[in-house]
Amino acid sequence: MSKKITSLLSILTLLLFSSLTFASASEGEQASNGGAVDTQEEITAYIKHHLQDSHDFTLFTLGESGKHIGFPLPVILWDDGLHVFMSSKFHHGTTVAESNGNYYTVYHGKIYKTNAEGELNFDEEHHPTNARPLDLSITKNVVGMLFAGFLLIYLFGSLAKSYNKKSIPTGVGRVLEPLVIYVRDEMARPNIGEKYYERYMPFLLTAFFYIWILNLMGLTPLGFNVTGNIAVTVCLALFTFIIVQFSGKKDYWKHIFWMPGVPVPMKIILMPIEVLGMLTKPFALLIRLFANITAGHFVVMSLIALTITMKASFGPVAATGMSLVLALFITVIEVLVAFLQAYIFTMLSALFIGMAVEEHDHH
Amino acid sequence: MYNLIGAGLIVIGGGIGLGQIGGKAMEGIARQPEAAGKIQTAMIIIGALLEGLAFGALILGQ
Amino acid sequence: MDQLLNDFSPGLFFMQAFIFLILLFLLAKFAWKPIIQSLKIREESIQDALDSAERAKEEMAQLKADNEKLLDEARQQRDTILQDAREVANGIREEAKADATKQTDKMIADARAAIEVEKQAAMAEVRTLVAELSLQVAEKLLKRKLDDEGAQKELISDFIKDVKLN
Repeated sequence: MSKKITSLLSILTLLLFSSLTFASASEGEQASNGGAVDTQEEITAYIKHHLQDSHDFTLFTLGESGKHIGFPLPVILWDDGLHVFMSSKFHHGTTVAESNGNYYTVYHGKIYKTNAEGELNFDEEHHPTNARPLDLSITKNVVGMLFAGFLLIYLFGSLAKSYNKKSIPTGVGRVLEPLVIYVRDEMARPNIGEKYYERYMPFLLTAFFYIWILNLMGLTPLGFNVTGNIAVTVCLALFTFIIVQFSGKKDYWKHIFWMPGVPVPMKIILMPIEVLGMLTKPFALLIRLFANITAGHFVVMSLIALTITMKASFGPVAATGMSLVLALFITVIEVLVAFLQAYIFTMLSALFIGMAVEEHDHH
Repeated sequence: MYNLIGAGLIVIGGGIGLGQIGGKAMEGIARQPEAAGKIQTAMIIIGALLEGLAFGALILGQ
Repeated sequence: MDQLLNDFSPGLFFMQAFIFLILLFLLAKFAWKPIIQSLKIREESIQDALDSAERAKEEMAQLKADNEKLLDEARQQRDTILQDAREVANGIREEAKADATKQTDKMIADARAAIEVEKQAAMAEVRTLVAELSLQVAEKLLKRKLDDEGAQKELISDFIKDVKLN
C-alpha cells in the first residue's frame, strides 16, 4: 500500500523533475512502440511522449500488437533545400527516412540528420549531437493550430456576417458575442484606456480565443498539447513583447531608462532592474501558460494511469473507479484552467500594453 | 536533491503568498460585497503574477 | 531549463508565428473589425434610442408644463377679465345710481324751484288780484256808498262770491 502511494507520488514529482527519468525514457520509448504500457517507467515515458509534439497523428495504439492507429502527417525540412515527405517513412521512429540523398531519423519527437544507417551520437547527458534541420513539418501541434485557426475563422466569420442580417446574433454567436464584449470591456478598456484600446483589440481577441480553444482542444482525447509546448508559448509571449515595445510611449521608456522623481544614483541602479522587468514580464507569461497546461495534462494522464498502477493493490474495479472519479474531478478543474489561462494571458498582455501607452500627467 | 528542496521552498513561499492574496481578497469581499468583481479580478491577476514567478523559479531550478 | 531548451523546436516556433500572424490578419480583417464595428453601431443605436426616449420624455414634460402654464395664464386672464367686468359693471351701476340720484335730486330741486316760482307767481297774482279787487271794491264802494247801505253789502258779497269762484 505505502509502496503504491510512493509510486504515485513519484509520478507527480516527475512533472517537475522529468530529467531524472530521462535514462529510463529510452526503454519506455520501445514500450510505446510495441506491447502494452503497464510498468511505472513505461507510463512515465508514455506521458512524456504524449506531452511532446509528434510527426504523426496517432489516435490510439493496439496494446498487444503495438500497432498505431492514426494517420501520417507531412514532414517539411529545410536543410540546404526543401525536403518534403510523409512521416510514414519514419515508421514511428523505427526506420531512417531518405529524402534527396539526405537521411533523417526521429528521436523523442525531434528529427535528426543521420547517415544511411540511422546512427545517432549521444553526449554524456544522453542528448543526440547530430545536426537538426529546420523542421517546418505539419506536426500534430501544427494540425492543432490550423484546426483552431479554421475554427476561429469559421465561428467569428459567421458571427461577423450575421450582423449584416440582424443586429443581434443567433446560435453560437449568442455565446461568442458576450465573450468578445467581455474581452473588450473587462480587459482592453480598463487596462489600456479609452483612447488606445481599439488598436489592440484584434491581437487581444485573437490571442484570447486562440489560446482558449487550443487549451480546450488539449482536453479532448485527441491529446493536442499545443499551448503546453514551449515554442508556442514563447511565440505568443514574443508577440506581446513586441507589441508592448512598439506601443511604448515616451513615458514608458523614460520610466525604464531614467526613472523620474528619484535621485541620480537611484536612476542608475533602477535602470538594469527595469530592463530586467521588461524582459521578465513576457517570460513569466510564457512560463505560466506552458507550465499550467503541461502540468494539467500530466496530472490528468497520471490519474488515468492509476487504473494500471493501482490495479495490484485495489483490484481492477476499485482502481478504475478511483481513477475515473479523480480524473473527472481534475478535468473539470482543467476546463476552468483552460479559460483562466487564456484570460490571464490576455489580461496581462492588456495590462502590459496599458503600462506602455500610459501617459503620466504628473512628474 | 537540492532542486527538490528548492522546489519545496518555492511551494512554501508561493503557498504563503497565495494564502495572503486569497485571504485578504475574501476579507475585502466580506467587507464590501458590492466590490466582489473588482477584487476577484485583481486577486486573479496578482495570483497569476505570483504563479508566473513560482513557475519561473521551478523551471529555472530544474 | 536545459531540458526545456532542448525541447524548444525552432520549426514549430516559426510555424506558430506564421500561423498566428496569418490568423491575426484574417481575423482582424474579416471578423474583429466588422464585429466590433457592429457592436459599436448597435451600442450607439441603443444609446441613441435611450437618449431620444429621454429627450421625448423631457419634451413631453416640457409640453405638459407649457400647457399647464398656458392654462394657468388663461385662467388668470379669465379671472382678471371677470374682475374687470365686475368692476366695470359695478362702476356703471354706481354711476347710474349716482346719476339717478343726481337727476332725481335735480328734478326735485327743479320741481321745488318751479313750485317756488309758481308760488311766487301765484302769490304775486293773488296780490295783484287782491289789490285789483280791493281797488274795484273800493271803486264800487266809492261809487255806491253814497246810494245805499244794503246795496253796498250785496255788492261786497257778490264780489266775494266772484272771488271764491275764481
